[in-house]
Amino acid sequence: MEGFGVTVAFWILAAFTLVAAAGVMVARNLLHAVLFLVLTFLGIAGFFVLLSAEFLAMAQVIIYVGAIAVLILFAILLTPRSGRQNSETRFALPATLLAICLAAVFIFVIFDADWSEVEEDPSLAASELGEALVSTWVVPFEIASVLLTAALVGAIMLVRSPEEEAEDALA
Amino acid sequence: MSIGIEHFLTVGAILFAIGLMVALSKRNAVGVLMGVELMLNAVNLTLLAFSRFSVSERPITGQTFVVFVLTVAAAEAAVALALAVSVYRNRETVDVDQINLLKS
Amino acid sequence: MTTSFLATDNWWDLRDLSNLSGAILDALDKIAPQGVVYVAAPIIGFIGAFALFTLLSQLFIGVLGERKIIGRIQSRYGPNRVGPYGVLQPIADVLKLLTKEALTPSTADRLIMYSAPVVFVMPAILVWAVIPFGPNMIIADIPISLVYYLAVTSIPVLVTFMAGWSQDNKYSLFGSMRVVAMAISYEVPLVVSLLAIVVLTETLSLKEMVLWQDTYNIWLLLVQPLVLIIFFICASAELNRTPTDIAEAESEIVAGYLTEYSGMKWGLFYGMDIGYALAASAFAATVFFGGWTLFGLEEWVPPWIIFILKVWAFYFLFIWTRGTLPRLRIDQLMAFSWKYMLPIALVNLLVVCTERILWTDAFDGDKPFVYLFAIVNIALAIALVVGWARFVGYRPERTPSRPRLVREAGGYIPVSSVSGEGR
Repeated sequence: MEGFGVTVAFWILAAFTLVAAAGVMVARNLLHAVLFLVLTFLGIAGFFVLLSAEFLAMAQVIIYVGAIAVLILFAILLTPRSGRQNSETRFALPATLLAICLAAVFIFVIFDADWSEVEEDPSLAASELGEALVSTWVVPFEIASVLLTAALVGAIMLVRSPEEEAEDALA
Repeated sequence: MSIGIEHFLTVGAILFAIGLMVALSKRNAVGVLMGVELMLNAVNLTLLAFSRFSVSERPITGQTFVVFVLTVAAAEAAVALALAVSVYRNRETVDVDQINLLKS
Repeated sequence: MTTSFLATDNWWDLRDLSNLSGAILDALDKIAPQGVVYVAAPIIGFIGAFALFTLLSQLFIGVLGERKIIGRIQSRYGPNRVGPYGVLQPIADVLKLLTKEALTPSTADRLIMYSAPVVFVMPAILVWAVIPFGPNMIIADIPISLVYYLAVTSIPVLVTFMAGWSQDNKYSLFGSMRVVAMAISYEVPLVVSLLAIVVLTETLSLKEMVLWQDTYNIWLLLVQPLVLIIFFICASAELNRTPTDIAEAESEIVAGYLTEYSGMKWGLFYGMDIGYALAASAFAATVFFGGWTLFGLEEWVPPWIIFILKVWAFYFLFIWTRGTLPRLRIDQLMAFSWKYMLPIALVNLLVVCTERILWTDAFDGDKPFVYLFAIVNIALAIALVVGWARFVGYRPERTPSRPRLVREAGGYIPVSSVSGEGR
């Protein structure tokens, strides 16, 4: 992708997203880590816009920032204060080494492979995504809706306290 | 300099590695979930990079894949957080090191 | 497409303000280096849409107008001391807030607490980027502006949560959790009902919706009255306005998530509350009231004046309900959203999809059938709202189920037997 604006946007977004992701790791307070996670989500939404998938960028903001981040914050507030230091287990060092090795392997493969790139931007409209979802991919679409219903019912059932269950029990 | 597919894939790879690091090393169960969400976001980014840059006869397929990953990530976050809250109610802790009843 | 044929391309022709901004940007392009135009265009848009229109509307229509109109609804004068007819009241308010001492609790999370008002202002500015003030007067003409609006208005939910827990205060946390629960449950009927609009107009772009209303010469509020009702209620809930303002219910939780804020930080929250209400009014004016068109009047009157008047008219609806209706309880609000608004929105979506299919397949897209659908939809809206309320409605004489503590304590003995007890 050519262009001065694209280059500036990419490098700023890349720095922003990676610094925010590193912030999730090193933040001392769990709530601060969640806020860094929200910044990562926003950075990823920016990348989606750069990759000509604007509808998915907005969907990412609505779903991740508007719903999942709120869900994570609620769950943190329902769990004890003692767990909010965002400390690491004893596997922190091996995990870090593993992550560095994995990233090294990925980056080597990325720069070594011979990617065949398109010449011009396919630039697809949101209506094409909608058509694809209900024509070619309708079965996964319906299964995804069943999955969401199952997750909804399951999450509610898991979090009910015994008194609430007794209240709604039959007879 | 022109931005090619390698740039996006590299960002995705580094984000995935950071997510893996967070998921493997956090003590709080919700912290582990945050790492998993980071990994899923990196996967979405990679998929969209391939969708944008690869030669294909149906270029919308990458975006539909991302829609499904987004959906599954949302469902999984809800269930994982419900599990974390439920475990806290029964075990009084969300420390992943202390939820080890199955350990011999 | 009926753009104003009287509007010319001269830079001084104020009927189409994009001439002015276009001339400025062209001049900048000749003088400045390569990419500066990209930076200057949003700044010009920001000055035009936000600094000139929104800020002044917030101050004079939002602060002063709202207080005077609510005062009149409550049989009293509004502010009328500061300047003739109270016109300088907003300026006095701003000066007071700027000079007030901003207290912060010592155990509060400083960084989050100071940055929450700043982050709260950002979506209020960003949302004005896609609102069409006129035929060429959109700052960012993206093809998915409806989804952009939904995305941007879902960010303040998180920010109020941030503001609530950063204050280290029980009441703030209660307030913000209630606000967040209410906001996310009112987002669902909002999105489902806006889907009906998208199905009907076949586009996600706000500009195209205005053009659709112009082509078919009918406002979307007549074709989809139910969506307007649902949008109005859901938008009031998202904006924490009465009757759904449990966030700032002073009688219940001190001031909710605004408890520990004072001075200009509180002023930013309060001002942007009005700013978001103006943005929702602008969205409704675009989608439901025809945007900058007025059945042909926009060729004589500058379209942005028509649009601004519509925004203020819709904002008056917000003020009117605020002055008239009492506050609802949180459980009433939740029940209302999930049990009444969501099913009605889904039924509406079903009906609209059926109409759309009939329109394109059976009637081959003839224009007059929109009017038939409008009549059908208005009748359906009245029937659904009245019928749903009557058959599924909340009967006030039905007492709520017994609270848990009472059950554990072994029951209670009522002082006098009230009517209609039992569930």
